[in-house]
Amino acid sequence: MANNVGGARQSRRGFINWILGTSLGGLILAVLYPVSRYLVPPAAGESTAATVTLSMKPEDIPANSGQIFKFGNQPGILVRTPSGELRAFAASCTHLACIVQYREDLSRVWCACHNGHFDLNGRNVQGPPPAPLEAYVVNVRGDEIVISRDA
Amino acid sequence: MATMKQRFGTVYEWLDERLGLKAMGELAEKKDVPVHRHTIWYYLGGMTLFLFVIQVATGILLLFYYRPSAEEAYESVQFLMAEVEFGWLIRSVHAWSANLMIFTAFLHLFSVLLMRSYRKPREITWLSGFALLGIAMAFGFTGYLLPWNELAFFATRVGTQIVDVVPIVGSFIGKVLRGGSDVTGATLTRFYAFHVAVLPMLVTVFLGVHLFMVQKHGMSVPPDVERQGSQRGIMRFFPSFLLRDLVGWLVALAIIAALAAYFPAHLGEKADPFTPAPIGIKPEWYFMFMFQTLKYLPAHILWFEGELVGILGFGLAGAALLLVPFIERRSQRGKPSRWFTWVVIGIIVYIIVLTYLGYTADPTQ
Repeated sequence: MANNVGGARQSRRGFINWILGTSLGGLILAVLYPVSRYLVPPAAGESTAATVTLSMKPEDIPANSGQIFKFGNQPGILVRTPSGELRAFAASCTHLACIVQYREDLSRVWCACHNGHFDLNGRNVQGPPPAPLEAYVVNVRGDEIVISRDA
Repeated sequence: MATMKQRFGTVYEWLDERLGLKAMGELAEKKDVPVHRHTIWYYLGGMTLFLFVIQVATGILLLFYYRPSAEEAYESVQFLMAEVEFGWLIRSVHAWSANLMIFTAFLHLFSVLLMRSYRKPREITWLSGFALLGIAMAFGFTGYLLPWNELAFFATRVGTQIVDVVPIVGSFIGKVLRGGSDVTGATLTRFYAFHVAVLPMLVTVFLGVHLFMVQKHGMSVPPDVERQGSQRGIMRFFPSFLLRDLVGWLVALAIIAALAAYFPAHLGEKADPFTPAPIGIKPEWYFMFMFQTLKYLPAHILWFEGELVGILGFGLAGAALLLVPFIERRSQRGKPSRWFTWVVIGIIVYIIVLTYLGYTADPTQ
């Protein structure tokens, strides 16, 4: 008899513990889920721009020079090679995303952060960058420079 | 305590009945510090704590003028430096004290390693201290961005990109840290939240554990002092050791004031996400040895990208350091562990050499 009561009490206690435990677990999840979702930033309007028209005249860009332009919300670099060709690349270094610059003394694209070098085709030729810069297509239409992502 | 009792009489008794002042006084009196040839290293923890208190005080003062947005942050710091009376002083003290705090924390870490103070039963003291150093570096990294200047912008771009390199979870964590896939104003507000709310909360927890452990276990006597029996005696923590602490803190305060006056914190150019990284860009000095290592790694090591190898290497080294009390078993058994001394000296030399190269190697070569 006493055993039975004890047993019943134990199973009742076990049941209550289970209910309390599950509710507590549920409560924690109900708090953690919205908080963790809150911390993840919403997908902001990622740059979908496929082309960009620069407000500079092609003839104003001297040979053996480079400059940064906005490609949507990403930086790009426009280079005029010593032989006079216009080329454009993504300006975020493939190593750790610093913004690259044109080195006139070397005629190369160069990243100041970790001393990475890219040649005039955007290839990673020296230093830590593991991959080439993404190349864009440059078209000169009259007085305008139109840069587009490779289709 | 007797004099206090006489002077304040009933007030003391009233408070004692409610707060248990007597027990606190006894606790302070019971604590003592071993005196031997390495005693000087015991001051580093207290020094780091003092510098942290300066950080809290000056940090609160900076909050009165700082505005956490990409549009206003740089201008608000400029205003603080140029217009606000002693604004330059408060910010410079904050910057200098931060650097010195990291420096004394590193010294504290290495002195604890060399004196084997992490041995049983102080493993939790070591783990909490290691966490505090990590938090201090996170404070430095997040605080560096807040003025929104060019150097900070690129340091943050590189620093958060390092997280992205970690396989599988990296890019997700990087995105959460930055509030997007690039360093923008969203990153600034996030770093501000980390710097003034999240990290202070973590410090409170870990510092509480750390100080409680130090109080509970007392100071560790280095094994070689124990073996040679060269301990000269003990010193009361209160007031003897604390008064010496105070002298050190006053000296530190004077040094910080002088540094802030003669070498005030720079602000530099405002961050522009569409300019190339400036030549000679570098992180805070305590990240320099890692930064310089990444410069020397080739693009590919075997089948892996160089920076991944470097970053995982530092990650593993950090994990090994964290687990030192469980790895270095010889001194736990009371035996000398010379090899470990050499490992620690090797780490110190590596950090010094790479930091030196970081500041002297020509950044354009």
